[in-house]
Amino acid sequence: MSSKLMWVFISAVFAQVASAQILINGAGATFPYPIYSKWFDEYHRQHPNVQINYQSIGSGGGIRQLEAGTVDFGASDMPASDEQLTKFKRKILHFPTVLGAVVPVYNIPNLAGELNFTSKALAGIMLGTITKWNHPEITRANAGVKLPASEIIVVHRSDGSGTTFVWTDFLSKVSPEWKTRVGAGTSVNWPVGLGGKGNEGVAGIIKQTPGSIGYVELIYAIQNKIAYGRVQNPAGHFVKADLGTVSAAARDQRMSSDFRVSITNAPADGAYPISSFTWLLVPAEIRNPAKAKAIKEFLIWMLGPGQKMTESLSYAPLPREVAAQVAKQIARIR
Amino acid sequence: MTTSSITIGKLGTSKRLHIFINRCKNGDWLAHRITSLFAYTLLLLTALLVIELYRHSGPSIRSFGWSFFITRTWDPIAGQFGALPFIYGTLITSAIALLVAIPLGVGAAVFLAELAPREISDTLTFVIELLAAVPSVIYGLVGIFVLVPGMRDTVQPALKAVLGFLPLFRGPNYGVGLLSAGIVLAIMVLPFIISLSREALLAVPREQREGALAIGATRWEATWQVVMPGARLGIMGSILLALARALGETMAVTMVIGNNPKISASLLAPGYSIAAVIANEFTEATADLHLSALVELGLVLFLLTAIINGLGQLLIFATSGRGTKQE
Amino acid sequence: MSARRSWRKLVNAVMFFITGLCAAAAVFILLFILGYLVYFGGRSLNWSFLTELPKPVGESGGGMANAIVGTGKLLLLAALIGVPIGLLGGIYTAEFSGRIAAWLVRYTADLLSGVPSIVIGIFAYTLVVIPMRHFSILAGGIALGIMVIPATIRSTDQFLRSVPSTLREGALALGVSYWRAVATVVLPAALRGVITGSILALARVAGETAPLLFTAFSNRYWSPGWSQPTASLPVMIYTYAISPYDDWRRQAWAAALILLLLMLAINITVRYLLSSGKRMHS
Repeated sequence: MSSKLMWVFISAVFAQVASAQILINGAGATFPYPIYSKWFDEYHRQHPNVQINYQSIGSGGGIRQLEAGTVDFGASDMPASDEQLTKFKRKILHFPTVLGAVVPVYNIPNLAGELNFTSKALAGIMLGTITKWNHPEITRANAGVKLPASEIIVVHRSDGSGTTFVWTDFLSKVSPEWKTRVGAGTSVNWPVGLGGKGNEGVAGIIKQTPGSIGYVELIYAIQNKIAYGRVQNPAGHFVKADLGTVSAAARDQRMSSDFRVSITNAPADGAYPISSFTWLLVPAEIRNPAKAKAIKEFLIWMLGPGQKMTESLSYAPLPREVAAQVAKQIARIR
Repeated sequence: MTTSSITIGKLGTSKRLHIFINRCKNGDWLAHRITSLFAYTLLLLTALLVIELYRHSGPSIRSFGWSFFITRTWDPIAGQFGALPFIYGTLITSAIALLVAIPLGVGAAVFLAELAPREISDTLTFVIELLAAVPSVIYGLVGIFVLVPGMRDTVQPALKAVLGFLPLFRGPNYGVGLLSAGIVLAIMVLPFIISLSREALLAVPREQREGALAIGATRWEATWQVVMPGARLGIMGSILLALARALGETMAVTMVIGNNPKISASLLAPGYSIAAVIANEFTEATADLHLSALVELGLVLFLLTAIINGLGQLLIFATSGRGTKQE
Repeated sequence: MSARRSWRKLVNAVMFFITGLCAAAAVFILLFILGYLVYFGGRSLNWSFLTELPKPVGESGGGMANAIVGTGKLLLLAALIGVPIGLLGGIYTAEFSGRIAAWLVRYTADLLSGVPSIVIGIFAYTLVVIPMRHFSILAGGIALGIMVIPATIRSTDQFLRSVPSTLREGALALGVSYWRAVATVVLPAALRGVITGSILALARVAGETAPLLFTAFSNRYWSPGWSQPTASLPVMIYTYAISPYDDWRRQAWAAALILLLLMLAINITVRYLLSSGKRMHS
C-alpha cells in the first residue's frame, strides 16, 4: 500500500503534460462557484483530457486576471462596463450561465421563523442608520416575531465582488440615500461592517457571529443552513428566493444583444428582487486552438446537460430564449 | 593581480583571451569570481525589488503625492485611495502586540536566562523557540476558531462591562477586530522577544552578575539592577525586531482583523492592515490606480520594516557584537 | 535588618514565580495550539485526505493530495534556487570577499530577510507572473526561493566563520591553494551547520501563504510540470478556514496538523543536530 502511495506521489511530481491533456484556467465570481465547480468536475469526468481549474477569487479578480491574461476565462456577476471593456486588449464576450439570487442572511440565535425585510430596512442596516435588531422598521414587517435588542453586526465583502454589485445595485434602485452615499459596484466604500473574503468568507463569518447580517448567494445559505429572509419587491410583497421567484425575475426582461443586463428589482409579479444572471467572460479570439475548441465544447455542454444540473443547487436555469441566443454567440469564438 | 589592467587593455584579443584562460586555471581567482557572482545576485534581486515596487507604485504616487498618507478614504469606485486606515490598523495592532508581548516576553527571558536552573531553562528555551516555527496561517486558524469566539463571548463583554466608559472599548462586540488581531500578533512575536532578550541577558559578562551576588544581592536584585540594565540595548533591539515582524504579518491578521478600512477609536472595532489589504485586493484590483495604490502600500511597508529592522539589528549588534542568530 | 531581608527574599521568590509564569505561558500556548490541532485535525486525517483531490464545493469528502504534492514541488524549486545562491554567497562573504563587500552582502541579506512575505509576493508577481501571463509553480518557487536566500547566506557565513582558523591555516601550511582549502577543509567542518541552516530556511518558507496567493495561485487538480498554478497546503488551509463549510473546515484542521507536524519535526531534528554538534566541537 505504501509503495503504491509512493508511486502516486512520484508520478504526480514528475508527471509531464500528456500531449492530449488540455489545461484551462479560469477565475472569478464566488456567486456561481458551487455550480461551476460541480460543472467542471462533471465535465472532467466525462472528458478526462480536459481540466478546467476555476478559482473563486471574486468577480473583480476574474475581470482583472482576464485583463492581465493570466487566465483563459473570467467569471463575473457584474457585466463588464464599457470602460472596463476598452481596457481589455481583445474583444470579450459575455456568456450568461445561470440565474442566482442574493439573499440577506442573518444569525439570530433562538429565532423561530423567517424575517421579512423592507427595502428601507435593508438600506438602513447597510448604511448603519439602523443599528439594533428591534428597530421599528424591522419589527413592523415582522409582526409576532420577538426580535432581540442587540446590535446588528453587518458583514460585507472585502474583495471585489459581483455579488456586492447585485446587492448594491438593488439598494441603489430602492434607496436614494444609498445611491448618493455609496452607490453600486463590485467594491464600494461600506459605511459599516466586517469584510469577508468571497461568498464563502461572508457565510463563514455569519455562521460564527451571533447578531450578524450579510448577503450571499442563495446556495451558500442553503448548504450551510444559514437563515435567510424575504425581501420586499416593487409590488410590496415579501418574496423568498427560490427557483420560481428567481426565474420570474428574468421573465419579460429584454435581453440585450451582448447579454449585459441587470434584473434587480424586477417589476414582474412574484419576482425575487435581488436576482441576477452571472456570466462567463470569454475572449472572442483564443490563440490556442485546442483550448478554444475545448471551451466552445464546454459552453455547448453547459447549455445542455449543464443546465439540468442547476436546480439541484438552487440556481435557476437560463430562460429558453436566452439559452438560444447564447448558443448562437458560442460560434463567435475563434 | 600580476598584470595591470592597462597593460591588458593594450594587448590584442587573443592575448587577452590567453590571460583570461590562465586566470581561470587559477582556482582562487575562479572561486572568488563565481562565489561573488552568486553573492551579487542577492544584491541584484534586492535592488530589483525596490525598483519594481517603486515603478509599479508610480501612478499612485503621481496621483496622490503625500496626501496618500493622510487620506482616510479607500474607495475603489471613486478612484480615491488613502493609506491612513491601513497605517492606523497596522500601527495599532502592532502596538497592542508589543504591549502584551513585551512584559510576557522579557519576563520569560529573565526567567530563562537568570532565574531558572540550567536544565529547565534549556528545555523550555528549546520549546519556546519552536513557537517561532509555527506558520502564520495556523495562528490565523486557531485565531478564528478559538480566540475570536473567546473574545466575543468572554473577554470583550468583560472589558466593556469594566472599562466601557473609555472610548477604547465602546461599540459593538464583533469578536474580530483590532484587539483580537493585536493579541494574535502578540503570540506570534513572543518567541522572538523571548529568544533575543534571553541572548542579550546572557551576553552580560558573568563578573557583573557574580559581583552583585557577592555583595549579598538576591538573584532577582542582581538581575533587575545589574544584568538587565546591561542588556538594555539588546532587549530594545529584540523589541524592534519583533515590531518589524508584527508590521509585516499578513495571514493571521487578515483572518481576525475584520477587514474594514475604517479608523475608529475603539479597539473592539474591525480594522485593516497594510499587509491584509494587499492580500485581499491584489488579485482583483481592476483599475490600474487601485493596483498601483496597493503596490505603494507595499513599498511603505517595505520601507517601514527595513528601517525598524535595521535599527533593531544595530542595537543587537551593539550588545552581542555578533548580529542576530539566524535560527 | 531581618525584616528587610525577609522582604527582599519575598520579592525574589515572587519575581521568580511571576517570570516563571511568563515562561510557562509561552510554553502553554505552544502546547495548546499543538493539542488543538491534534484533536481537531487528527479526527479528519485519513487515507482519503492524503490521496484524493478536492471535491466540488459543498460536497463532503475529498482530500488535499494535490496540495501536499504542490507544496513539495514548491519547496523543491525554492531549494534549487535559494540554496546554491545562499551557499555560494555565504562562502563569498566568509572567505573571499573584502571587508566592504562582505558588509554590503550581509546588510542586504538582513534587509531582504526582514521584508514581509507579501511584498516578496508582489515582487514575484511583477517579475514572473506578468511576463509569463500565467500563475505558475515557477513563480511561487521563485518567491519562496528569494525568501530562502538571506537566511542561507547568513547561516553559511556564520558557520564558516566559526570554523577555527587553525584548521584553515593548517591546510594552507600544507601548500594547498586557498579555494581548495575552503572546499576540502573549511566547508566540510562547517557542513553540519550550513546544511541545517538551509533546511531551517526551507522549513520556514514551507508554511508561507502570502507570497503564494498571487504567484502559485491555486488548483483543484493536479498541477503537471512547472508552469501551471498549483494548490499548496498553506493556501488551502487559508481558503478552507475562512469558508462556511464544516467539511472544509475539518480539512483545514487536518492540513494544519500535517503542516505543523512537518515544521516541528524538521525544527526539532535540526536543532538537536546543531546542539549536539556544538557539544562535540566544544
